[in-house]
Amino acid sequence: MSAREDIMNRIKSALRDAPETPVVPRAYRRSSTMSDAQRLEQLVDRLVDYKANVFLTPAADVPAKLAELLAGTSSIVVPHGLPQEWLSALKDDAGAPAVHVDSPERRLTVAELDAVDAVVTGAATAVSETGTIMLDGSDDQGRRIISLVPDRHICLLHAADIVEVLPEAIARLEASRPQTWISGPSATSDIELERVEGVHGPRTLDVMILT
Amino acid sequence: MSNTFLGMPTLPVFGQGNINATESFPQAARRELANTQLRANLGHATHTIRDKRLKVVAELPDWEDMRNAGSAIKDATMANLPALLEQFEANFTARGGIIHWARDAQEANEIVTALIRETGETEVVKVKSMATQEIGLNEYLEEQGIAAYETDLAELIVQLDHDKPSHILVPAIHKNRSQVREIFLREMPVVDPNLTDEPARLAEAARKHLRKKFLSAKVAVSGANFGLADTGTLTVVESEGNGRMCLTLPETLITVMGIEKLLPTWSDLEVFMQLLPRSSTGERMNPYTSLWTGVTPGDGPQNVHLVMLDNGRTAALADEYGRTALNCIRCSACMNVCPVYERTGGHAYGSTYPGPIGAILSPLMTGIKSEENSSLPYASSLCGACFDACPVKINIPEILVHLRGEDVDSKRAKLKVPTQMDLMMKGAQWAFSSGSHLNLLEKGLPLGKLVAGRDKVIKKLPGIAGGWTQSRNIPAPPSQSFRQWWDKEHKPGAAVVPGTTINEGEQA
Repeated sequence: MSAREDIMNRIKSALRDAPETPVVPRAYRRSSTMSDAQRLEQLVDRLVDYKANVFLTPAADVPAKLAELLAGTSSIVVPHGLPQEWLSALKDDAGAPAVHVDSPERRLTVAELDAVDAVVTGAATAVSETGTIMLDGSDDQGRRIISLVPDRHICLLHAADIVEVLPEAIARLEASRPQTWISGPSATSDIELERVEGVHGPRTLDVMILT
Repeated sequence: MSNTFLGMPTLPVFGQGNINATESFPQAARRELANTQLRANLGHATHTIRDKRLKVVAELPDWEDMRNAGSAIKDATMANLPALLEQFEANFTARGGIIHWARDAQEANEIVTALIRETGETEVVKVKSMATQEIGLNEYLEEQGIAAYETDLAELIVQLDHDKPSHILVPAIHKNRSQVREIFLREMPVVDPNLTDEPARLAEAARKHLRKKFLSAKVAVSGANFGLADTGTLTVVESEGNGRMCLTLPETLITVMGIEKLLPTWSDLEVFMQLLPRSSTGERMNPYTSLWTGVTPGDGPQNVHLVMLDNGRTAALADEYGRTALNCIRCSACMNVCPVYERTGGHAYGSTYPGPIGAILSPLMTGIKSEENSSLPYASSLCGACFDACPVKINIPEILVHLRGEDVDSKRAKLKVPTQMDLMMKGAQWAFSSGSHLNLLEKGLPLGKLVAGRDKVIKKLPGIAGGWTQSRNIPAPPSQSFRQWWDKEHKPGAAVVPGTTINEGEQA
């Protein structure tokens, strides 16, 4: 008998008493009761608590703000689906960073990614109550590796994509896409339970919320 | 897909590996308690995390609703496990993942080794995983000539120190910062000799130490926090980014997951990803959660395996009073609030799973008669703090009592001669069966006073009652019992004025 059959038989034998399947009581909150402004305020509060840098930026000012944040940076990587206009202010400037585009046709190697200073991505959605930003590998967010290896992650999020509670985000996300949920920069509490930001993932997380 | 079992019932098949205590809990606890540094480290750590947990749990108005949902989802999972496993398998496989089944620790170790051999590699990076600790994978791989590098900071500390984890979430909870610094200076091949004991500096040293390993790793081994049956998705919850590194960079990913880790649907994650971070690290959300469903072309490992592990889980499932222990999501809230764990630490439990949950899970998986695991259900004062803290409402005290019963029954079955405990219980049965029996015994009270002597304490009781006086004295008994006093005071003719009858000198 295969291990699979063996284990299945063991389980069925263990459940000989046919335990009943309870109805799951879902009395917890599954939708938001907050206004847009309250959600935005809550998300900012949580992100700051996690030691992320947060910038509220009107959509029209994104190129200028991004150029400001990247001043002094020598190279960045962006996913191929990142809106081109966001990077428009970088091209005019002589001291602007070199922009590497990661695309299905030209995938950057680990070594190339390790050599860039920062990554700029979009985001799928964010949960204000927990301060969590979700990436799902869409074209404006790219492969998981590009938002992992560079030491700084600049993440652009539309205010309209902010939900309050986790169940709302789960309903928006598609399970089959590879996902990374990010709540602040990489951190550890392994030594005396003291939280330290910055271990293996990007040590700096900048979140620009487009208002 | 029917769950009705029509075949011959099989006897439970117990698990093996690092889920056995090799020394009885009282013996191990006595040694651990003597380590004052350990007790100081543990006291500080458990109290810190306990306070954090209470704070973030209090933030949510619907925490109890979430616990109720979590508990019901897990009960439903166990009741329908065969169908859910088949569903998970179909979905994970349809997306290019490969599933292997392991009856026990040995089989799981062999499968993982063969998969690594196929890649031609002799090194793997590892994400912290309870399942692989339970089966002793690192030790097995080492025997096979494969080096496994733990990448979680606490696991790294423990591995570098050739020590064992003592907590399921913070495996190096028993080490303080200066101890960690010493380990790094001693064991890391390249390390700044001026390394201080600031946690931030220590974390940076770990980053440097592991960076090259991550960037060049070809094979990673992980556990999984949840497997979602209706989508075939796996989840790893972590903080440092070492998990993301292992799950994203290598070409081959081998995940080892217990069969009980399933949740029926994708949306069930909305409950568990609220319960888990707040219960475990006391955070609103952990820094990183990774989710993957089989293989995503061009993104992450293209060679994705999953080993489904039994190793005694089906034996735990067969125990209808104990099976809810399988609902455990390994958050560690129970050990952080446990007055016993707080003092003895995790090593005293001997098993990979320490604390209150370990005291039930280990004997359920191995059988109560395995090695020293029968001592684990007694490693509790039954105070119930673990039950209150458990995010999926596992009634740990009740299962502890159930397993104590199993232990007593299994030992009694072996003996023909009644034990001291049997005789004592028989005696108690006789004494409490009638007032006259009790009266007769109470006449012996002055004798107790005599034994206590001038300092009015009894320091040592004979036989198994000696266990009680091992660490405490008994005050001398009064010269008469309450019942004797009452009789005297209420004799016909005795002047009784309510409220004035208590003769304090008599009631010592």
